[in-house]
Amino acid sequence: MMEHTSRAFDIDLQDLARLVAEMGGLAEKQIGDSVDALNSHDLALAQRVIALDDKIDMLQREIEEKAILTIARRQPMAVDLRDIVGALRVANDLERIGDLAKNIAKRVGALDDDIELNKVMRGVDHMADLVLSQIKDVLDSYARRDVDKALAVWRGDEEIDAVNNSLFRELLTYMMEDPRNISLCIHLLFCAKNIERMGDHATNIAETVYYIVEGRPLADERPKGDTTASATVAFPA
Amino acid sequence: MTMVDSAAPATPPPIVSRPAPTREGLNEKVSVRGLSFYYGENKALKNITVALYAGLVTAFIGPSGCGKSTFLRVLNRIYDLYPNQRAEGEVLLDNQNVLSPAQDLNLLRARVGMVFQKPTPFPMSIYENIAFGIRLYESLPKADMDARVESALRRAALWDEVKDKLGHNGLSLSGGQQQRLCIARTVAVKPEVILLDEPCSALDPIATAKIEELIDELKSDYTIAIVTHNMQQAARVSDYTAFMFLGELVEFGPTTKIFTTPSERRTQDYITGRFG
Repeated sequence: MMEHTSRAFDIDLQDLARLVAEMGGLAEKQIGDSVDALNSHDLALAQRVIALDDKIDMLQREIEEKAILTIARRQPMAVDLRDIVGALRVANDLERIGDLAKNIAKRVGALDDDIELNKVMRGVDHMADLVLSQIKDVLDSYARRDVDKALAVWRGDEEIDAVNNSLFRELLTYMMEDPRNISLCIHLLFCAKNIERMGDHATNIAETVYYIVEGRPLADERPKGDTTASATVAFPA
Repeated sequence: MTMVDSAAPATPPPIVSRPAPTREGLNEKVSVRGLSFYYGENKALKNITVALYAGLVTAFIGPSGCGKSTFLRVLNRIYDLYPNQRAEGEVLLDNQNVLSPAQDLNLLRARVGMVFQKPTPFPMSIYENIAFGIRLYESLPKADMDARVESALRRAALWDEVKDKLGHNGLSLSGGQQQRLCIARTVAVKPEVILLDEPCSALDPIATAKIEELIDELKSDYTIAIVTHNMQQAARVSDYTAFMFLGELVEFGPTTKIFTTPSERRTQDYITGRFG
């Protein structure tokens, strides 16, 4: 897009976008590390994930201050205004993603390291991979203002929901099989839920990208596949 | 993140929203069709078609020299005072073409009042500044004239500030007061359309806010067109906005749309400060 007559305004907007990108990078790292810590029962790594959340929160505050200052100073219109409001919204979603990753990291300590996790962890891992790739794509679509890519992320959340549904049933089954699994499975259920929520935030960001570029909200109903609210599993006979 | 809302009031203040006006059901007080304007050989307006809707404010924005002020000057034929200036096309005020040679110019200027960028009070008393214009069209007994002067000054939100010094010279007022005096003078002859040519460009923010408040008050009774370089002002006070560039009307539509999602690239570049 053409540059502003006032170069300083361009720099303000570039700074905002840079801060959001930095926040996005940290959030991605937090997700990957939190799931790794869970997989390898690495308490030190979990601690680092928890500590990183402060940095993400700080960046969010910085983005907020910068956005408010820019609005006050430049009185932005049209696409510039949407750009700034968009940065605020994306920062909000990334901050929540950070909180969810932190929550996963906190659960690492609650799990015994001698429990055989492999089978259920594969499902959690798979979900985390899907979400990470959604978040990478949506941050990329934000950086490039790429509506098509944002829409692909927006539609792609259904797959995550499907994995979450099957994981939910699987964990319920383990709990029924042996009550000693309950504590572990409950924690993993929350981890799965956290990852599923991250996916929802990725779709929020996709909607924001659409709004920034098109100037109107994404009106369609998003395909949703989370059925865990009504899922039940019969007790084994 | 923690949400602290202890300072939030128990009941949120009511949100006053003004529905975005649509063209359906609007009354075109002034219809401009295929208007071109020439300063000698120089074509300053090119085939402009636009409407001023009754009871609404229409803002004209665009870079210097785009023809906004020229456009206002056509609506009450102020340009007739100068040689070698001519207009082509139609400007219909209640369906009567004001460009017709048969148009009574004094009557037209009474129906279409104008306020200029620089306050232009007459070098006479505050009272006379208002009464002078009224006397051109009507002869009123003293009591009626007093009432008209008071009502015009009240309408322009100036009465309380000047009621004890109506005999003072109009030029003794501050810039913002002078501009409101000019608006009172315009309102006093009961026009139907008010043209404001950058009415706040010489005023401080408080005087500007008062004029904007006034525009909001006046629009229920008048049809208002405002030319302004201040984009935020256009966004604040107008219902419809026209963006002009190099004598052409680039885009015309509801203000909410023009300032959030304009259709034309040139409009977007201008309102976001990207003009080359």
